[in-house]
Amino acid sequence: MSDIKKGHVRKTMKLKTRKTLIAYSFLTVPLLFFLCIRIFPTLYAFSLSFSPENRSGFTLDNYIHLIHDKVFWRSAVNTLLYVAITVPVQIAIGMILALAINKVHRLQGFYRIVYFIPYMTSIVAVSWVWRLMYDPNTGFINEMLSWFHIPPQGWLTDPSEALISVSMMMIWQAMGFCMLIFLAGLKAIPKQFYEAAQIDGAGKWRMFWSITFPLLNPTIIFLAVTGVITALQTFTQIQNLTASSSGDAGGPLNSTSSIVIYMYNSAFNDFNMVYASAITVALFILILIVTFIQLKVLSKNFED
Amino acid sequence: MKKRIDIGGLLVHIFLWAGLIIVVFPFVWMILSSFKSLPDFYHFSFLPDKLNWSGYKYIFEETDYLRWYLNSIVVAVVVTISCLIFNSLIGYVLAKYRFPGAKAIFIVILSTLMIPTELLVIPWYVAGSKLHWVNTYWGLMLPGMIEAFGVFLMRQFMMSIPDDILDAARIDGMGELRIWWRIALPQVRQAMAAMGIITFLGNWNAYLWPVIATSTANMRTLPVGISLYSTADAGGIQWHVIMGMSTLAVIPMMIVFLIFQKKIVEGISLTGVKG
Repeated sequence: MSDIKKGHVRKTMKLKTRKTLIAYSFLTVPLLFFLCIRIFPTLYAFSLSFSPENRSGFTLDNYIHLIHDKVFWRSAVNTLLYVAITVPVQIAIGMILALAINKVHRLQGFYRIVYFIPYMTSIVAVSWVWRLMYDPNTGFINEMLSWFHIPPQGWLTDPSEALISVSMMMIWQAMGFCMLIFLAGLKAIPKQFYEAAQIDGAGKWRMFWSITFPLLNPTIIFLAVTGVITALQTFTQIQNLTASSSGDAGGPLNSTSSIVIYMYNSAFNDFNMVYASAITVALFILILIVTFIQLKVLSKNFED
Repeated sequence: MKKRIDIGGLLVHIFLWAGLIIVVFPFVWMILSSFKSLPDFYHFSFLPDKLNWSGYKYIFEETDYLRWYLNSIVVAVVVTISCLIFNSLIGYVLAKYRFPGAKAIFIVILSTLMIPTELLVIPWYVAGSKLHWVNTYWGLMLPGMIEAFGVFLMRQFMMSIPDDILDAARIDGMGELRIWWRIALPQVRQAMAAMGIITFLGNWNAYLWPVIATSTANMRTLPVGISLYSTADAGGIQWHVIMGMSTLAVIPMMIVFLIFQKKIVEGISLTGVKG
């Protein structure tokens, strides 16, 4: 009996070391991947940002240049404007759409799919379609305005309207995603809550603010966090809406340039990799700060 | 009472249809414009003067469009398969094996989620140039072949698999790799499908890294090809060609989406994040 027990113990011990070995043999390649493709490049980006151009050494020049660079600040302010414009609007529209779709009995699935289509489609392709529609002379949007006797606008060609024009397309693409996530959130709210409120004589408006809205709070936090991070990284839309054979993306007059656009132009049009690295480090820090603040503020609201 | 509800419902439908027009119109415009001839773009018109195939003819005869399509398919398919295998294997090991260092490894992998791609593309490009990986399939695909978010997702789902069935398989003498493949994976089929869809879509639409990592026209992926063709044209923008390229890129994916819409919607709701 005790012999069997001893054998069993030895066997489990051996099994444990065997399992550790197996685990590490499965994880070696992936770990090397994460080190070589994610972690070392991150460190390398930081070290590049402290390097002088075209030689080795240590310098703060890139960051000093960055602080005094008007185009960088313009791009940073634009980036925050993209966040401030698109995130609240797409979340609001997404929520209204989800509430409306949740209300109807017929065609629910149909509405859900069609509203979601823009999010699925290639940003590059839809950017060019919007660029054609925004064309000040022959575009559809100015034509439509003329039906209502509104004078034609410059849209992407007008420095005071270009950023809004890019934002509108971003909202058009993202609202379906917000709608879908809100629908999932709405489905998760137990029906009994509404039944109980109805018995208590609560009106529709009251039910929305006391039940639906508070219970959708985690959904809103999720969409706000992911929306902000995505908007901080805006690149493809701007590149395709504003770049041309005669000029870099971000125009006119840098009015649509974002941090990533400025990084791309610095690295791959001016070939200043060290300066571009400093820009990406600034972006990285901005993302960390914004995410941190957001999680603090929003999760606190949620706890209240 | 009943009648009032019906009117309310009707108003909601009208509201939703108005929104649908805004959502769908750009696609209709894209298709109509692809059949126009270049002079049709000098003034505003809804419909092409007559059905004109010259844009499509140009795409297939004068550009590498089909090659870009093929490149996009190759990149998206290979990266997706790689992610399905590696993410699920790592997630499985981290969820189901107890061994020293497991937690540390998980935290290291998870922490890479905070690193934005923008920070990595310059180091990738600099290192890739030295290794001659720029402008190759390998260079295009490698950075996406394992994804921290997918590992995290897989680990969460693998945790719910009871240890008993894994131990039972061990007693039956099954090898560890086979247990992962035959016992664990079928349990998380839904999460695998979701991850596969998100990875595929993310790579199919990816732009920043492919535009940096390709230097010749024949290596471009579809979004990069369309984008660079459209911006490079010095003799005026060839709108009918660009709209034709966009139509050919968007419509087949839309059909695939409509076929698999239930799975895709489920998948996106399940994970909530696009790749």
